Amino acid sequence: MESESEAKVDGETASDSESRAESAPLPVSADDTPEVLNRALSNLSSRWKNWWVRGILTLAMIAFFFIIIYLGPMVLMIIVMCVQIKCFHEIITIGYNVYHSYDLPWFRTLSWYFLLCVNYFFYGETVTDYFFTLVQREEPLRILSKYHRFISFTLYLIGFCMFVLSLVKKHYRLQFYMFGWTHVTLLIVVTQSHLVIHNLFEGMIWFIVPISCVICNDIMAYMFGFFFGRTPLIKLSPKKTWEGFIGGFFATVVFGLLLSYVMSGYRCFVCPVEYNNDTNSFTVDCEPSDLFRLQEYNIPGVIQSVIGWKTVRMYPFQIHSIALSTFASLIGPFGGFFASGFKRAFKIKDFANTIPGHGGIMDRFDCQYLMATFVNVYIASFIRGPNPSKLIQQFLTLRPDQQLHIFNTLRSHLIDKGMLTSTTEDK
Amino acid sequence: MLELRHRGSCPGPRETESLPHREGEAAGGDHETESTSDKETDIDDRYGDLDSRTDSDIPEIPPSSDRTPEILKKALSGLSSRWKNWWIRGILTLTMISLFFLIIYMGSFMLMLLVLGIQVKCFHEIITIGYRVYHSYDLPWFRTLSWYFLLCVNYFFYGETVADYFATFVQREEQLQFLIRYHRFISFALYLAGFCMFVLSLVKKHYRLQFYMFAWTHVTLLITVTQSHLVIQNLFEGMIWFLVPISSVICNDITAYLFGFFFGRTPLIKLSPKKTWEGFIGGFFSTVVFGFIAAYVLSKYQYFVCPVEYRSDVNSFVTECEPSELFQLQTYSLPPFLKAVLRQERVSLYPFQIHSIALSTFASLIGPFGGFFASGFKRAFKIKDFANTIPGHGGIMDRFDCQYLMATFVHVYITSFIRGPNPSKVLQQLLVLQPEQQLNIYKTLKTHLIEKGILQPALKV
Repeated sequence: MESESEAKVDGETASDSESRAESAPLPVSADDTPEVLNRALSNLSSRWKNWWVRGILTLAMIAFFFIIIYLGPMVLMIIVMCVQIKCFHEIITIGYNVYHSYDLPWFRTLSWYFLLCVNYFFYGETVTDYFFTLVQREEPLRILSKYHRFISFTLYLIGFCMFVLSLVKKHYRLQFYMFGWTHVTLLIVVTQSHLVIHNLFEGMIWFIVPISCVICNDIMAYMFGFFFGRTPLIKLSPKKTWEGFIGGFFATVVFGLLLSYVMSGYRCFVCPVEYNNDTNSFTVDCEPSDLFRLQEYNIPGVIQSVIGWKTVRMYPFQIHSIALSTFASLIGPFGGFFASGFKRAFKIKDFANTIPGHGGIMDRFDCQYLMATFVNVYIASFIRGPNPSKLIQQFLTLRPDQQLHIFNTLRSHLIDKGMLTSTTEDK
Repeated sequence: MLELRHRGSCPGPRETESLPHREGEAAGGDHETESTSDKETDIDDRYGDLDSRTDSDIPEIPPSSDRTPEILKKALSGLSSRWKNWWIRGILTLTMISLFFLIIYMGSFMLMLLVLGIQVKCFHEIITIGYRVYHSYDLPWFRTLSWYFLLCVNYFFYGETVADYFATFVQREEQLQFLIRYHRFISFALYLAGFCMFVLSLVKKHYRLQFYMFAWTHVTLLITVTQSHLVIQNLFEGMIWFLVPISSVICNDITAYLFGFFFGRTPLIKLSPKKTWEGFIGGFFSTVVFGFIAAYVLSKYQYFVCPVEYRSDVNSFVTECEPSELFQLQTYSLPPFLKAVLRQERVSLYPFQIHSIALSTFASLIGPFGGFFASGFKRAFKIKDFANTIPGHGGIMDRFDCQYLMATFVHVYITSFIRGPNPSKVLQQLLVLQPEQQLNIYKTLKTHLIEKGILQPALKV
């Protein structure tokens, strides 16, 4: 199988000796390379052929990425949703294979049901804030939104009770394992995808730059490792090297800086995604915030001597992009190691065989795993505070005396800050 | 969940020997013992176990030694084994209930500590089961990592919720302000450190085990830590929201057992052969009545009804307030059929009592599913009890398995039907916004309040 040769950045047969000593590995799915490619490359040696297959697929995926960005936020959201479902499916299928539990009563239904419940809960919590005006208009949506937590909890409870009722005498342990497996998978896959969508609503740049940094780090670390690699990085993935790691780090930081410079110029990337009531679609139109306005920075003495400039004009966002790239290069790979370890533990080469030469969707997204959470936490901590429209929404549900209390506190706060004077009140 | 465990005359490992003896006893018309069905499960599992190769060989986890205190044993040595067990369980039940009352008397802070203590013990019990199931007690780093993750998740939750209540206290201290402002980032960094340590600790021969324990830890955290934090949030809402649900579950346990004992005939579910429909339905009605009465009694006292607040001047928790409408007597006209039964036109009730019916209904109908879940779990991993902390009852987790879903339900119920979001949290978030945003919000709020007549346009200062 060609896919078993050096194609996999992490896969190698030497350290699989432990697995050979134990039960046989799970059967590898058939090679999915399209016939077209197979014929075109039939003359080259297997090693180069694999290189070409991977290369072509990489370019295809990147081109696909650009197209989707062009199509707009709605399509991006749908793509994220699909990727999430596919990842969930891949991991659950591995669980089935590991436990030979494909025929457990009810279990496939229950797994997908839980996926639906958790997605419903998250979409309800986050997306309704952004669609606030639309939700208020439609009566059924308003009720769904008001009692959202209760409805989600009820749906989940139904699934839970179905699980308990489906416990079959001989299969208790298996069923509990699959229950645990499903929940951990949901925790990983669904939360990440929702954080990605949160980031997307903040502005498409917060979606594109992190993901591109991770992809760039993957590719750069591979290149540097290929040309200069010597010292192994971690026993878990013998093909990673320190040279690749460090080279990838610097390359990614530079790439992040350049990319943010290019993107910060365009409103469609920089503005928060809003749902326009009148046109019933998403718009990205706004006055760019301070983060995306060119500012002069004094270069510290050290770099001044090197570059010979006194000041430089940058977007403040580029400074944040350094933080994002650093995370992508230093901690992102741990997501990859985690997935490597997971594949070793369950003796699989790839999560699935969806993408020829690359493996499953999960293989491509394992490093992204932690990135989405980091970006979300970063934005929440350093960039913006809470969402104003959500606050207003919450305020409106409080009791009148509470509302008055908050209003008065806010008023004295604003007066203190000089934003309000007693006379402006009269307007 | 009450299960009659015939421990026989001798405690400990000889339990398995006396199984045939108990089978004979059970055939005498009483409910069959759980242990008998466990044995059947064992045999079936060995033949039909489709698990990975390591698991089919796992022997049943040896039960820990009996921890009944000596004095109880001596006092009851005269009675037959069945009644002795009854007495032990009864005495321990009363002890636990009195302990509960004592802690309620001592106040909210002690209750919070109690909840925290129980959470840690439940976590410990479930993790220990995981170690035994996977023979993974000696995995490098793993014990440290499990406790580290527990700490991280607790830190995150306490920071998110409790900090709101201590807003005045927090504003005073500079370091605490910093911790609050960057709370999510700090929690995430702590969790990441644990995650990276896990990845670095993966050892060649033990990958699968380590992943299993990682997943086991996370699922346990999901179960125990989230529940305990929801319990504490309910507690802050007012001690009555903590007491009535928990008491309803306990009452349901006890009354379902009693009804089953006296009238039980039709089995309820194959998973727990000792549960009966009579017990289930009888327990339901008694719990609703009990909840109704308990709500009536507790609603009178400010101590139970008021939200718990932290007063910085007194540096302690205070429960003093004007009771909300929920806790003020109102007269309701009875629907016609009840009028005929009770021969009264109206009745004076606290509105909270109506809510208590919903809570009791949940406790009786859905709460037991938490118990069945724990039963299934114990069958799956071939253990009798989660641990042996409480003599006659098993581990802490055994007592709290039915409470599992109750805390979440009460929290969801409160947020959906009783109150909106937490006002102090809304205020805190408002103060963090940019000044222009604050001004915008201020204008919106002002318009809204004037519209609603809450704010008079004339009174400006």
